[in-house]
Amino acid sequence: MTDAHPSRPDLPPASAIGAFGWLRRNLFSSPFNIALTGLASYLLYLTVPHVLHWALLDATWSGDSREACQANGGACWVFIRANFEQFMYGFYPEAQRWRVDTALLLLILGAAPLFVRTVPNKFKVRWGLGLLLVYPLVAFVLFKGDLFGLRAVDTSRWGGLLLTLVIAGVGMTAALPLGILLALGRRSQMPAIQTLCMTFIELWRGVPLITVLFMSSVMLPLFLPVGVNFDKLLRALIGVTLFQSAYMAEVVRGGLQAIPKGQFEAAAALGLGYWKTMALIVLPQALKLVIPGIVNTFIALFKDTSLVLIIGLFDLMNTVHNATTNPAWLGFSTEGYVFAAAVYWLFCFGMSRYSQNLEKRLHTGHKR
Amino acid sequence: MAEHTHTPVKPPFWNNPEIRAIAFQVIALAATVAFGYYLFENTQTNLRRLGIASGFDFLSSSSGFGILQSLIPYSETSSYGRVFWVALLNTLLVSALGIVLATLLGFIIGIARLSKNWLIAKLALAYIETFRNIPLLLQIFFWYFAVLRAVPSPRQSLSLGDVVFLNIRGLYLPAPQLQPGFGWVLTAFGLALVLVAILAHWSRRRQMETGQTFPALSASLALLLGLPLATFWLAGSPLVWQVPELRGFNFQGGLVIIPEMASLLLSLSIYTAAFIAEIVRAGIQAVSHGQTEASYSLGLNPTLTLRLIILPQALRVIIPPLTNQYLNLIKNSSLAAAIGYPDLVAAFAGTVLNQTGQAIECIAITMAVYLTISLLISLLMNAYNRRVALVER
Repeated sequence: MTDAHPSRPDLPPASAIGAFGWLRRNLFSSPFNIALTGLASYLLYLTVPHVLHWALLDATWSGDSREACQANGGACWVFIRANFEQFMYGFYPEAQRWRVDTALLLLILGAAPLFVRTVPNKFKVRWGLGLLLVYPLVAFVLFKGDLFGLRAVDTSRWGGLLLTLVIAGVGMTAALPLGILLALGRRSQMPAIQTLCMTFIELWRGVPLITVLFMSSVMLPLFLPVGVNFDKLLRALIGVTLFQSAYMAEVVRGGLQAIPKGQFEAAAALGLGYWKTMALIVLPQALKLVIPGIVNTFIALFKDTSLVLIIGLFDLMNTVHNATTNPAWLGFSTEGYVFAAAVYWLFCFGMSRYSQNLEKRLHTGHKR
Repeated sequence: MAEHTHTPVKPPFWNNPEIRAIAFQVIALAATVAFGYYLFENTQTNLRRLGIASGFDFLSSSSGFGILQSLIPYSETSSYGRVFWVALLNTLLVSALGIVLATLLGFIIGIARLSKNWLIAKLALAYIETFRNIPLLLQIFFWYFAVLRAVPSPRQSLSLGDVVFLNIRGLYLPAPQLQPGFGWVLTAFGLALVLVAILAHWSRRRQMETGQTFPALSASLALLLGLPLATFWLAGSPLVWQVPELRGFNFQGGLVIIPEMASLLLSLSIYTAAFIAEIVRAGIQAVSHGQTEASYSLGLNPTLTLRLIILPQALRVIIPPLTNQYLNLIKNSSLAAAIGYPDLVAAFAGTVLNQTGQAIECIAITMAVYLTISLLISLLMNAYNRRVALVER
């Protein structure tokens, strides 16, 4: 009773509430805890000032050549500034870059209604599906050109973040439906279909993506008839899509298995056929259950796009790597990689946060 | 009055679900076979056109190139088949070391994430969110090109107590050299293993019969460490450490970890540890708090509660996704190709393929190896799952 509040014995002691109480509970509750706090603070003391000095205080922000960075000891962000356009567009012709910007603007405008909560769901579904069908065509025409008087830009000149987003976007939109079909096939009653889907899934899941990309770059030309030649980008896209669709199939299968049998029986009792049962009853519930898994696969896909470097495509990763080996800018690889890491991190972290948000919003009841 | 007679109309045969199912399957199989045949035909034509003889004869011809790191004797005159084994061993080496390091780091960070200490928990969270959201390849490049390229040349090596050296050629460690008497130490270790097994069996039986517990864990540890150490001392310390020495332009002797291996190992462990940490956290959180309370009310102390109540239940949740991460790590080790660590993909599916042009054979062998490893581990996993699965009514 010694440290109780002198005038108000009904209040908790001053040491248990407020900032002081919080510190005591969370940082200094026991000798072991005090030691841990000390250790963590020491770790922070060792690293944080270094990083702050390097990245902010001693860094060079303005200038246009490496000479500007000689004076300061910190990071040379001039390197990023000088190469920024290249990191974003790769070798896309400068005069044509407005086309990429237009496509991005169209995407933002097109997708905006999907993120407004007051828009009715029915409209969102139709609009979303329409967008999914129309936008890739529009974007392709804008990027590739050779139509409507636009100058042709070969896919080998696409690069930087643009290429990363193209591969990730195509991979995601193609891998999800393919994965759903594969998952349905694997859960099918027909033994032949089931075996085919299972073999396909296990085959892709058992090998590293890099061997798949190797295969698509050295073996695909052998598989095709003489004279037929696929674009390098298309080959990478096929590899990435097939690979991720196998992972997607396993995620979706998890959701399908979680749907109680009664749902199938009720759908059959209502006279719905297989496809209607799946599309109207089972998949909406199953997909909602596995949103975290789907987004995890999307994030994995986004990170995996960096592997196209190995078959010589200039995505964000390769563009940055290439810039660090440029003789005019030697010695700034740390800055380059930190910048690329920040970009990838923003996208991946954003996706995971959005999925958590979506999960919470779609959680209609059933909360225990 | 005409009666309405309902003679059931037989539905046409194409509406019969069984016939439909058979038809679907026949079509699917036929399409698969046709597609496979189409690819096979094209490949045959292309190979003939390019003048490539298919087959595995190339495996016995001499390779003619050197390999940075090899665990078995290898020289430029060795065969391509030998390259395969060298490369496979390199893959397995980096995977095994990576799995050990990632598990250690992952468990520490996963437990730290649940710490009551706010600072520690937030640091662990920052670690997880940072490293799992950055592509592994980028991390490998960062360590290889930005960090390990920036270390000094051999003459200005960074050293730790003059026995460990770090320079641009790699990390030099003292190498253990076994002397004649070391066999006794190994024998003692084997003996200790047998004794531990007997001890565990005896203590379990005694507990079943009399209810008395025996500190089997500490006794086993004492046996496993004490017996070999005592033998080591008795046999006259039959082990010398060969310390690397600077001779001319580089270090001689000792154990060297090449920069390619170091950066691959570092990034693989750091990246995978972030995922393992989340798995460990989820596993521990999956055991409801009531279990701990029930255990305390039965009179078990915190250590026993952790060992007998929480861990067995948490491991049931942790182990399947953990194995998945191990598989991912093995597959991710193939990114070695990007920095030239001579693993299966870099040395075999890369260099050998380029030299011989046997694309189909090289890729097929490489994929088959990864597939075999995956399937083997999946089989083990399924067996384990069946053993630990909850037995319900």
